[in-house]
Amino acid sequence: MNKFSLSQFITIFVVLVLGFTYALPNLYPTQPSIQVAYTDSGKSADQILLNQLEDTLKETNSDFDSLFLRDNKIVIQFSTLDQQLNAKTILQNKFLDKVIIALNLEPTTPDWLKSLGGRPVKLGLDLSGGVHFLLEVDIDTAEQGRLELLLDTYRKTFKEDRIKVADSSIKDLALHFEFKDRDSYNKALKQYRTDSPGITGIQYLITERPTANKLVLEYSDIALKEIRDYAVGQNLTTLRNRVNELGVSEPVVQRQGSSRIVVELPGVQDPTAAKKIIGKTANLEFRLEANSRTSPLRKEEFNFKNNEYATAFLERAVVVAGDRVTNASTGFDESGFSQVNITLDMQGGRALQKATSGNIGRKLAVLFVEQKNKSELIIDENGKSVIQQTSYIEKNIISLATVQAVLGTSFRITGVGNPQEASELALFLRAGALAAPMKFVEERTVGPSLGKENIELGMKSIMIGFTLVVLFMALYYRVFGLAANISLLLNLVLITGIMSLLGATLTLPGIAGIVLTVGMAVDANVLIFSRIREELKEKDPQSAIHDGFSRAFVTIFDANITTLIAALVLYIIGTGPIKGFAVTLSIGIITSMFTAIVCTRAMVNIIYGNKNIKELKI
Amino acid sequence: MDIRFQFMKYRRMAAIASIAIFTISVLSLGFRGLSLGLDFSGGTLVEVSYETPVDLESIRNTLIVNGYDDSQVVNFGSNLDVLIKVADQNGNSSIGDNIFQILEAEGFKGELKRVEFVGPQVGAELRDQGGLGMIVALFMILFYVAFRFQYKFALGAVAALGHDVVIILGLFSIFAWDFDLTVLAALLAVIGYSLNDTIVVSDRIRENFRTERSMDPEEMVDLSLNQTLGRTIVTSFTTLLVLFALFIFGGEMIKGFSLALILGVLVGTYSSIYVVANMLMSLTLTQEDLAIPEPEGADFDELP
Repeated sequence: MNKFSLSQFITIFVVLVLGFTYALPNLYPTQPSIQVAYTDSGKSADQILLNQLEDTLKETNSDFDSLFLRDNKIVIQFSTLDQQLNAKTILQNKFLDKVIIALNLEPTTPDWLKSLGGRPVKLGLDLSGGVHFLLEVDIDTAEQGRLELLLDTYRKTFKEDRIKVADSSIKDLALHFEFKDRDSYNKALKQYRTDSPGITGIQYLITERPTANKLVLEYSDIALKEIRDYAVGQNLTTLRNRVNELGVSEPVVQRQGSSRIVVELPGVQDPTAAKKIIGKTANLEFRLEANSRTSPLRKEEFNFKNNEYATAFLERAVVVAGDRVTNASTGFDESGFSQVNITLDMQGGRALQKATSGNIGRKLAVLFVEQKNKSELIIDENGKSVIQQTSYIEKNIISLATVQAVLGTSFRITGVGNPQEASELALFLRAGALAAPMKFVEERTVGPSLGKENIELGMKSIMIGFTLVVLFMALYYRVFGLAANISLLLNLVLITGIMSLLGATLTLPGIAGIVLTVGMAVDANVLIFSRIREELKEKDPQSAIHDGFSRAFVTIFDANITTLIAALVLYIIGTGPIKGFAVTLSIGIITSMFTAIVCTRAMVNIIYGNKNIKELKI
Repeated sequence: MDIRFQFMKYRRMAAIASIAIFTISVLSLGFRGLSLGLDFSGGTLVEVSYETPVDLESIRNTLIVNGYDDSQVVNFGSNLDVLIKVADQNGNSSIGDNIFQILEAEGFKGELKRVEFVGPQVGAELRDQGGLGMIVALFMILFYVAFRFQYKFALGAVAALGHDVVIILGLFSIFAWDFDLTVLAALLAVIGYSLNDTIVVSDRIRENFRTERSMDPEEMVDLSLNQTLGRTIVTSFTTLLVLFALFIFGGEMIKGFSLALILGVLVGTYSSIYVVANMLMSLTLTQEDLAIPEPEGADFDELP
């Protein structure tokens, strides 16, 4: 009685070995490192930059451990934080704003563990320090923009088809058309119905008012969802590009819910600067090239973005700004060459039409406008040299093409080079434009000292709580208490292992969840042990152990499932740190059931199984 | 059959006490409401740490001079940490940075520990979501217990949970402790914990009702409570041990969280003894209620 089969022991052993293996990466210390990338997001770091960096560090006798190329970035590792900061200052002074340098703490997980997918637990912002932003995308504005475009298109179509329109306008996110006669009304209605079935479903909801010859057109829910998805997706892309400029080692840019975007920047301490870059707008300008008749006062010289030696003179007047671009995509022209298709909103289209109508044959330039930070070495009032950052605006030409015809809301740029260059241009065009404006609806900044303090306090609470519980259990239940304590320790290892494996994020409430689990995990063992004590009154020790475990199981199961329900609800409604609590609590409940029931049983079986026990001390 | 402590003898007294505290809590929640933390109220919070203690009054004055009339300035944890709250509801997200800059300019040079801004809309949503989550959790648990036990137990369990949640909320309202997201999380954990207790007790009552056919319900409940008493005390004790460790050593940011849990464990232990049992007695639980052996039970018994 009370013996596990070999296969049962092997199963337990395998689970524990896996748990230990994946918990292991957390024991390796982190190594200070810096990541260097070109400020120009279109350029990947290369051997040339690597050599330059290496030479600079060697010339200045700066210590570093290793230097290598990884994922378009140069990674330089150091043995101390001082070396890291020193090298950063030196490199920043030398390369100024040509490169973005991000400070990082790299895990030193050995390669064999990495190949198994092992990695340390990710720390939440409340532990690592950093900035969290929640941005809301203004969908109404995106919809309004689309409606304006639609209104413009229909006005044109109706004009071509000789449908007489008395009045047209946009009111409360709906298109209102009033027609002069019934015939026009019917024709327009027919046109609407032809246009309505889209690829994904009905696009428009049409309200008919035949007596007044009025038609009201609204977007259907399907179309609205498409607009929303497009706007949010577009803004996500733009934000990702902008966040890359910040030089953060592991940024998070994610959609949350239907119209929100979460941006998390671990390690960033200056939310104001981050906000400036994330929140910037309109960074594209369309301008005509200056010709011989343009007065010198009204022209400006700009560099090309992909060729720093070529320049061109452009007119000072901006025809259309980037916020008027609603879409840009790549395609091929009739002869199979790459082209970029651009769509502007109604206002932009009108402005471009006006500007190009008398200027066919002249060139139209697309200017890329960037807000950049310049680093300068200055001497402060204490005589110390410090790096001062000033922001300035840089404008470069990304395309200069001949106007072939009068342009409107949609046009194309041909002769843009190979498909890759074309898609880069399209990306720049899109990156310049947010599909819809955004506003900050939540912001949380945690300083680095607070993050560190939180980790220290959290770990201290776990240690103290754990020690107290372990002491109590050992004193109260003796041998059985010891088994329970080993299970408790295994439980902590398993929680760590599973969290690391799942890539779950550890937050301060998450640590609190672990502490709570330590207190509650012994409950299962307490239930089993008190049951065994009771059974001992009537039965021999072996049967008491057996019945104690099996009778307590149902109770433990029911009690834990209900806590798990509460934890799941918490996971669904919670955000950030609270989700972290739900995660550790849920994992803790599951692992504690395994350790408290299966592992404790295994130990008890090893100690007492198949032996003739006269008296059981419990 | 040693019934050491006759719990049910005092059940009327316990019921009166419970109802009284419950009523006070409801009244306080109704009239005073909760002092909502930033997560739910929306607004801006700035925490700055100084090397030497600073005069809160002069910080307050500086802020008033600069147009932040409705700001609260308090110490946080120690007298070196200052917490500033501004309840601006216009969704202005740059107040936090402004305040820190104003303080720096006025000579209050310290280290910025954190800035939190929650827009009014987000605050309202978190409030709704929190309330909804609580109700959803309670209902899911009600169904689970009804399915695994019997509806009278489910009513007892939910009464106990409602009792615990309202009383803890009441205490937060009476003492005007900050109610934020972490406290809400603690409250949901309390639901889980308290239920844990309730189920252990209910489970034993169910078992005894099936095996001990000669006793009357009151004795039966007393017997069950006594049988589980050891476990209830030990588990509550170990949980309280870790919670006090968290409360004392875990830092200022999770004080509210640990406090809510400590109260939850205390109230939850009480309610799993008195509220559940009281409900079962009032609903007159009979042998017939539990006569049908549940089909799932057999499957579990053979597992380790």
